[in-house]
Amino acid sequence: MEVTLKNLTKKFPGRDKKDRSEVIAVSDLNYTIPDGKLIGLLGPSGCGKSTVLNLISGLLKPTEGRIFFGDDDVTELPPENRGIGLVFQNYALYPHLTVRQNIMFPLENLKGKDKLTKGEMREKADETAKLVQIDGLMDRKPRELSGGQQQRVAIARALVKRPGVLLLDEPLSNLDARLRLRTREEIRRIQSETKITTIFVTHDQEEAMSISDRIIVMKDGVVQQTGEPQDVYDSPDNLFVAKFLGTPPINIFTGHIRDNTLYIGGDAVLRVGEMPDREVIVGIRPEGFVLNERGALTCMLNGVEVMGRDISVVSVNDASQDPTVRSIIGAENEMSDAAMHKPRGSTVCFDLIPRKVFLFDHRTQERIVCKLQQITAK
Amino acid sequence: MAAVGKGTVDGMVKKILNSGVKGWLYLLPALIFLGVFMVYPLIDVLIYSLEEGYNSASQTYQGMGGYNYSYVLHDPYFLQAVKNTFLLVIITVPLSTGIALLIALGLHSIRPLRELLQTVYFLPYVTNTLAVGMVFMILFKKTEYSDGFINLLITWFGGNSVDFIDGPYWAKMVVLCLYTIWVVMPFKILILTSALASVNPDYYRAARVDGTSGFRIFVRITLPMISPMIFYLVITGFIGAFKAYSDVVALFGTDLNAAGMNTIVGYVYDMLYGDSGGYPSFASAAAVILFAIVFTITCINLLVSDRKLRY
Repeated sequence: MEVTLKNLTKKFPGRDKKDRSEVIAVSDLNYTIPDGKLIGLLGPSGCGKSTVLNLISGLLKPTEGRIFFGDDDVTELPPENRGIGLVFQNYALYPHLTVRQNIMFPLENLKGKDKLTKGEMREKADETAKLVQIDGLMDRKPRELSGGQQQRVAIARALVKRPGVLLLDEPLSNLDARLRLRTREEIRRIQSETKITTIFVTHDQEEAMSISDRIIVMKDGVVQQTGEPQDVYDSPDNLFVAKFLGTPPINIFTGHIRDNTLYIGGDAVLRVGEMPDREVIVGIRPEGFVLNERGALTCMLNGVEVMGRDISVVSVNDASQDPTVRSIIGAENEMSDAAMHKPRGSTVCFDLIPRKVFLFDHRTQERIVCKLQQITAK
Repeated sequence: MAAVGKGTVDGMVKKILNSGVKGWLYLLPALIFLGVFMVYPLIDVLIYSLEEGYNSASQTYQGMGGYNYSYVLHDPYFLQAVKNTFLLVIITVPLSTGIALLIALGLHSIRPLRELLQTVYFLPYVTNTLAVGMVFMILFKKTEYSDGFINLLITWFGGNSVDFIDGPYWAKMVVLCLYTIWVVMPFKILILTSALASVNPDYYRAARVDGTSGFRIFVRITLPMISPMIFYLVITGFIGAFKAYSDVVALFGTDLNAAGMNTIVGYVYDMLYGDSGGYPSFASAAAVILFAIVFTITCINLLVSDRKLRY
């Protein structure tokens, strides 16, 4: 089902004893979630992403704006009439009920013409359990299950009524790293099998990038950027989005433009298209560095971390806004071998890959879109 | 030589300490207190209860046997006390727990004035039993000047005034039960409000999304979640009600046998120190019987709750 959010705003009354002003959790959110897609709502904690989820679920009422499911305005509908499934961060499985009873619980609430017989309920519960692959655990209590299994039960309980929209609140945050990887593939699989429009909230950019069809990046209640994960990563609209996406994080430098050339510190690193001289913030993705003994950007080597497939060259540059500059270099070439054997404190030079370098206004932090080019050897 | 000898002694001490003796040493102070003030008196009471014809002046007895039990079990005062105690338990435990649950639910669901109301409901707990008894006297007792507040109400609505303190048995029982419920309720409300507050609100939100009705949420989620606390209250409630004594004294004075309102503990006390006092053997026998009753009922409670509360 297509979900449309129109001028969605949520304000909470101030709780602070001194400052009674309202807290704006979500501010004027406009977005249409296409039918059958998996959407990641991404942002640091406190950015309002869970509030958006609660607004869509109906557990919260918006201060302003409307929510549409398909063509139906559901803004005033209570949660139970919206046809949604909600998976909580802590799963909220009823501890005194077995897995089967937990999954059947939503069905038992159906009234009137929707009312099911015990047999039909069991059938539906079994069917859903099979979908999430927990059909062997139906008679256990939640505390006898692992975190990952509990998660599946929670998803099964949310899916058993075949909702039009599935909402997941931080679905992976209670799982360990290995299980997280498996479970997110699982969520992706369940979503593509059921074709249910799914919205999930996360603060983990990697998680959101890896399985979402679209991501919505939020900060302080305001949407920063929306789009396909790779597009957002490759073309961030502002410094916040650039910093928030990517591990290791993007490297930030203060730089300036003079004579159509981008300088970081004293080094002329890239050629810029027509642009007046100005100060800028330069963001360079870790994979945007290429080791070159005569490279444009000179740093001081701090150490090399070997990570198997890649090596991570950690260096120091006076113009960097972070204590260290981290670059990821493929491990299988001569240059990286040479770098690994250099002593700490020696100079290390990089060429920059232009499409991995972003310029931002140093005051508004908005992206300055311009054409960047390697400085060709004279 | 001396050094070697010292070494082996040290070694032995270490060995002994390591072999679990250390643990027992740490427990010793507690064990001594328990032994002197709990275990020894228990055994002593059991022995007392079997000594026939004990004379407290000469501290002699004629023989061992079950006569004391037979005497107590045939004593109409004791039977009356047992009847009173059981009535009190059966009426007040479920009622007080139920009403406390309702009040706790009410307190849980309102926001304004919650703190104030919680304090008000908790006040009886910190009020002295005898002082509360005085209040109940004012409410219920007939004097030369007034029939008591409740009787004023009853006559107002056209009924006949009842003597609640010196009148018919049922009237006295009603007062006693009301009083007991009122006294035990604050603690139960306190426990249940905190039990309700400790239920993760996500369960309620999950249930709401699934369109669960309020009644079903209460029966299927709230009640099972707080059931351990309810059982705790029922068990301690049973034990507390079986031990009722001071409340009865506060209402009906010390001559409880004459008032027909004695309890088992009251009977024990009377046998020891009351007008008919000086019979430690009978008192011990009654105390052992009370212990057996409370023990049995607590065991039953635990068995039932154990089966229900596994999750």
